[in-house]
Amino acid sequence: MISGVATGTGLIHMEEEANIDFFIHELYPIDFFGHTVYITTTHVCTLIVFVTIILLAIAARKSVLKKTDNPSLFATGTELVINTLLNFVDSSMGKSGKKYINYVGTLFIFVFLSNISGLFGLRPPTADYGTTLCIALITFVMIQYAAVRYQKWGAVKGLFEPIFLFFPINVISEIATPVSLSLRLYGNILAGTVMMALYYGLIPIFFKFGIPSALHVYFDLFSGAIQAYVFCMLTMVFVADKRNVDTA
Amino acid sequence: MKIEIEGLIGACSAIGAGLAVIAGIGPGIGQGIAAGYGASAVGRNPGAKGDIMSTMLLGQAVAETTGLYGLVVALLLMFLKPFGK
Repeated sequence: MISGVATGTGLIHMEEEANIDFFIHELYPIDFFGHTVYITTTHVCTLIVFVTIILLAIAARKSVLKKTDNPSLFATGTELVINTLLNFVDSSMGKSGKKYINYVGTLFIFVFLSNISGLFGLRPPTADYGTTLCIALITFVMIQYAAVRYQKWGAVKGLFEPIFLFFPINVISEIATPVSLSLRLYGNILAGTVMMALYYGLIPIFFKFGIPSALHVYFDLFSGAIQAYVFCMLTMVFVADKRNVDTA
Repeated sequence: MKIEIEGLIGACSAIGAGLAVIAGIGPGIGQGIAAGYGASAVGRNPGAKGDIMSTMLLGQAVAETTGLYGLVVALLLMFLKPFGK
């Protein structure tokens, strides 16, 4: 008989028995103008990441400002990270990129720490489409601002090139930028989260020692670092593309 | 044999999820081509390994997007069940 096993409730029961857990949990309901919204695991994990970044920043500032002949390992590491980020922005945005180091560097640190937070037992905030869409929308606003600021009417004229019939296609291609940016980050991190949840949920307990560390290195560290790099790189590429004014 | 409508929707969602992740073929081919050309470029000019590596990874990540669309659709069908309410 098909009925019973394959119904929706049957599938949910199977999930609960297998203990697969990668869903966003609703922790605390809030009444918001008649709608019930929830404080979810994403909010809590985002808050933890924020607090971690703030504590790291305070510690880095303290250790860098300390006047001493042999700086500590932490201060040297901080300088290394900041120099790497500066070179990263300089090499892909040219000499005009100094303005963008604040945004791109913050974005990189936040996205990277969010992605690797799966290592520490959190649910990565970037595995929620709300987070990635918000970051991508900020990037979208930056791109459009750069276009209007540096191309003036060329930004509007660019939508009607090569002829005015292409206007809808150009608008769609502009809107597709944040969608593809956010879906790329979200999909990659969610895929890693789902794979780890499936591994922990479905495999017998004998295989849960040692082997998951290799999977964590790939799905959390490698994939997370690559995706943070790609997100910031594409942000800079798009903005730099709009900044290039045709002087001819 | 009687088939309930929820069961039919669940089965069709599972089939649809399986079909959706076929989208992974394209990015696989694309990433393989990028990695192959990256390897040959490093072979010709080992000094530029860092630049080649970052360019290759960027291209691969962009190529991966279409596959991830399929993955997202598959996950929606499997776990959120948009047609099964």
